[in-house]
Amino acid sequence: MNVLSLTTLLLPFVCAPALLGIINKTKAFFAGRKGVPVLQAYFELWKLLHKGAVYSRTTTWVFRAGPMIGLACVMLAAALAPFGGVRSAIAFPCDLILFAYLFGVMRFVTVLAALDTGSSFEGMGASREVAFSALAEPALLVGLAAVARLTGSCSLSDMFQGLSLGTYLHAGPVLVLVGGALLIVFLTENARIPVDDPNTHLELTMIHEVMVLDHSGPDFAFILYGAALKLWVLGSLLIHVVAPVRTGHAGLDIAAALCAMAGLGVLVGIIESCMARLRLVRVPRLLMGAVVLSALAFVLLLR
Amino acid sequence: MNTSIDIIMLVLIVTNLLLLGFSQLKSCIRTVACQGIALGVLSLLVNEDGFTVWSVVMSGVVIGLKGVIFPRLLLGALRETNARHEVEPYIGHMASTLAGFAALAASAWLCSRLPAFPGRVTPLVAPVAFFMVFVGLFVIVSRKKAISQILGYLVMENGMYVFGVVILREMPLLVDLAVLLDAFAAVLVMGVAVYHINRAFDHMDVDQLDTLKG
Amino acid sequence: MILSLISLAALMLGGVLVVLTKGAPVWSARAGVASAVAGCVCGCIAGFQALVGGRTESLEIPWSVPGGALHLALDPLSAVFLIPITGLGALCAIYGAAYFQGHRDAKGVALSWFHYNLLVASMIGVVLARNALLFLVAWETMALASFFLVSFEHGKATVRTAGWIYLIACHLGTAFLLALFAILGERAGSLDFAAMAQSGAALPASVSRWAFVLALLGFGTKAGYIPVHVWLPEAHPAAPSHVSALMSGVMIKTGIYGLLRMLACLGAPAPWWGWCLLGTGLVSGILGVLFALAQHDIKRLLAYHSVENIGIITIGLGVGCIGLSYGAQGVAVLGFAGALLHVLNHAVFKGLLFLGAGAVLHGAGTGDIDHLGGLLKRMPVTGVTFLIGSAAICGLPPLNGFVSEFLIYLGAFQGVASSPGVVVAACVAAIAGLALIGGLAAACFTKAFGVIFLGEPRSEHAVHPHPASRGMRVPMLALAAVCVLIGLSAPVVAPGLANAVAGAMNTPPGAARAGLNAAVSPLAWVVGVSAAGLALILVLAALRKRLLAARTVGAAGTWDCGYVRPTARMQYTASSFAQPVLDVFPLARGTRYRQVQPAGVLPAPVSFSTETKDLFRNRFYEPFFKRTAEVLSWFRRAQHGRVQLYVLYLALALIVLLVFGLK
Repeated sequence: MNVLSLTTLLLPFVCAPALLGIINKTKAFFAGRKGVPVLQAYFELWKLLHKGAVYSRTTTWVFRAGPMIGLACVMLAAALAPFGGVRSAIAFPCDLILFAYLFGVMRFVTVLAALDTGSSFEGMGASREVAFSALAEPALLVGLAAVARLTGSCSLSDMFQGLSLGTYLHAGPVLVLVGGALLIVFLTENARIPVDDPNTHLELTMIHEVMVLDHSGPDFAFILYGAALKLWVLGSLLIHVVAPVRTGHAGLDIAAALCAMAGLGVLVGIIESCMARLRLVRVPRLLMGAVVLSALAFVLLLR
Repeated sequence: MNTSIDIIMLVLIVTNLLLLGFSQLKSCIRTVACQGIALGVLSLLVNEDGFTVWSVVMSGVVIGLKGVIFPRLLLGALRETNARHEVEPYIGHMASTLAGFAALAASAWLCSRLPAFPGRVTPLVAPVAFFMVFVGLFVIVSRKKAISQILGYLVMENGMYVFGVVILREMPLLVDLAVLLDAFAAVLVMGVAVYHINRAFDHMDVDQLDTLKG
Repeated sequence: MILSLISLAALMLGGVLVVLTKGAPVWSARAGVASAVAGCVCGCIAGFQALVGGRTESLEIPWSVPGGALHLALDPLSAVFLIPITGLGALCAIYGAAYFQGHRDAKGVALSWFHYNLLVASMIGVVLARNALLFLVAWETMALASFFLVSFEHGKATVRTAGWIYLIACHLGTAFLLALFAILGERAGSLDFAAMAQSGAALPASVSRWAFVLALLGFGTKAGYIPVHVWLPEAHPAAPSHVSALMSGVMIKTGIYGLLRMLACLGAPAPWWGWCLLGTGLVSGILGVLFALAQHDIKRLLAYHSVENIGIITIGLGVGCIGLSYGAQGVAVLGFAGALLHVLNHAVFKGLLFLGAGAVLHGAGTGDIDHLGGLLKRMPVTGVTFLIGSAAICGLPPLNGFVSEFLIYLGAFQGVASSPGVVVAACVAAIAGLALIGGLAAACFTKAFGVIFLGEPRSEHAVHPHPASRGMRVPMLALAAVCVLIGLSAPVVAPGLANAVAGAMNTPPGAARAGLNAAVSPLAWVVGVSAAGLALILVLAALRKRLLAARTVGAAGTWDCGYVRPTARMQYTASSFAQPVLDVFPLARGTRYRQVQPAGVLPAPVSFSTETKDLFRNRFYEPFFKRTAEVLSWFRRAQHGRVQLYVLYLALALIVLLVFGLK
């Protein structure tokens, strides 16, 4: 592991909460407000880490273990994902499967922790989460398989090193389609509009937020930090496909990727400012669309 | 040039799939309008002589008719009819999208069996043309509202147009004009028909017309 | 070989002993359990020896039956099936002894051990037999023994129906097998599998095509492919839990074994076989898990999950066959290896889950998920082991389910990255299917575990359950440990399958070994990452403990949105949890809703319930059999039950034959 890998390994852990700040700043700009500081998420994490906790009497150790296991999984996923074309700290053939399944473990424990409270609201959120993610998973894996076909390798690091802006010349449509599919997966998995509204205050309409209603203190800090990391990690996949800038100089590549991440944050902010969330019954259709986009990318590659 | 044609083809595929997935008639009409504009751009792109006056005029006419006038007409008809603006499919949206994907795979397979077309520009064109015809048929068969049937007809016609533009480049003008005229007449007639069906029966569900027989 | 013979002998002798001592039921049952455990341990050791050693040992004794020979052999492929049969057989016997403790019908219990021993012995016979006739005898014995075990509680009408459905399905399946063996035996001139395999290479395509279809139908009925799965969700819930575990965990795998054994006798696979297997696998996998999601009875849910897992195994076989017929050796090896490892893994976690379900059923007295809740506090061991089993069946790392799915994925991605067009299409279908199945399985098991073990009890049943006795806990703990162990020792386990994979592919072991060695490094990485994950969790736990040490930690009620009188009945139920997923997939919609709406100013008690029957049973089999019965009832006119008439029929038939012969 060289210095570059180490830098890219640490980047998500340090920068991830800032991405949330960029999204919120963009939304505030569109709403004509000043908005919270970009670093607000860090302040909140700091505050939560220094609070006590309240647990429901219904809960068991499953509820307490959920946030820790979830955070550990997403941290490992962050270590698997490359950044700016630099090989990730952990890279091996077919690591993308482990990558996808780590998110599966995270979802599994989050859902169980939600069910552990015995609250019908949390059950509702949990049931929606599993329904939507069951469709998001094929979209993600088939999209990544299309990239694997394009680059002839199936390790995340090799795949994304094999892409460059030049790829657009001979396989532009493929990248655009996979990018579209990954954008939908990104928005779904991170509970953003149009699938879920992170700002809603009505428990009945929430998905992700309602599952973590009962967590407090350090547990909730783990959950928030895990969510920020997940946003960053899945976002980095997306920008690798859509904007694979390769200058030949690693520092420049990383800087370009950071700019692209910021751009992604602005894009999410714009989407959230311009769109309302979809009705719940329409969400599966959107996800089906993502699966079809991934599959289309594949059809283009087969020809 | 081939990449840009491929991107247009992609736009056509995606608009077709969207058409199958949308549940609001308004969104469907807009999708078909986008398709019309993409076709106009396509006819400009395939011209080997570059941008001649004729080609620009032709594509302007296509964009104007398919991208602006038809959708306007249909949206107008929709506004006139106070019915629910939902598509009301016989086959669900998810299943339709999947069927659309299957149709794409089927047309790709079909075209791999056909002899190569003489003037074929990119390998994607022929399957997309077939695909559009299939989707048009599917929409006509599987939707209740009369407006959906018009949309299906338009998509089929767009598919023919893709064939015409790309494969029969020698005599595009004649074919184009004939096809456009045909479509124009059809949309006009059906638009009027929808309007009258709605006036007479307070709805525009075609499947309820069978109560008239006998 | 000697050990496996000892094992067979122990099981059979134990069975005989049970019958002989049935006057003293308690001792008889003890004898049955002891002999089952002893026999299984011997068999298990024999299996490991054969798998690791890679040798084939055989034994042939002439048999007076025409065409038959007592030809037994133990090769690595048989060993892969022998190990779970005997391993799970022993653990289920221990569990069963505790499960039946204090059962009213002591005599029935004792006799059930005779059938249990017979079932295990016949399964061993199936995987060891090398002669078609011997195979069929073992196959039918297996069907009959399990039929008697399924109908253990024959006092209940539902159990009797389940038993009959099972018996009929078994025999229809066997009919296909008879035809298959007749065709192959006629070509080979012998009913010996070795002779069949030798003549297999020269089979014309017209014969091998039909042979493949017959094998798929015949063995598929036992394995439970959709749409011939209908017996599975009936029979598994009806049987006592340790028997369900054995049937679901290993007995249905004998179908997979038979399919593999026969594939080796049919020559080089045609490309469409692979596609057929892949399609069957995808349909069984996806529909299986969807049907499972719709169930509220825990054992029915698990039974449908067996259909799903058989689907996953078959997806692996499909990828393997397609790789084989298009010459992508690496893809083929990984596909077959994933399938074989999943056979083993499914036996472990499905056995575990059925035993857990049995403990819940035994403790709370109901298997209806919607009446349970909060059992993790009351039955901690059952809860934790069930959780491990659930995570494993969802294919989550670092448990064993992930390892086998990872191997199939590895093969598929290898195909995607570096193969010609057709193989790629198959591989992508497999990837998309596995991903979808994985997501839906996670939905299903968060539902099962979450609703049964978490939250508050939803009815009186779940408030004071009997905890599981030690005899029940030990097998569950052992199986849970195996789940973790296989997951963490994956880099060692996978290459160990090389000999069996070579046997399944009918190739020399060199290629299989090379293909599996390529998988060792990714698996080692997976294990490394898992270990890092465990360390990370410990660090986070320490951090959390330290942070909370100086703060106040309070206890309160669950957040109820300001509603002051929440009750346990308000919790999300299994049906409501599954509803969004089922709405997305209208294919599985066969759900009937029964509700009483509230009405008036002071509404009377209202109710709402859903029930999902099997789509294929309702729409296909029941109408089909009803129509058949109508047609055949015409023949009933000839049947009056009077002896005189029957004698007349006999005489007439003889006279007609005589006239016919004289002519």
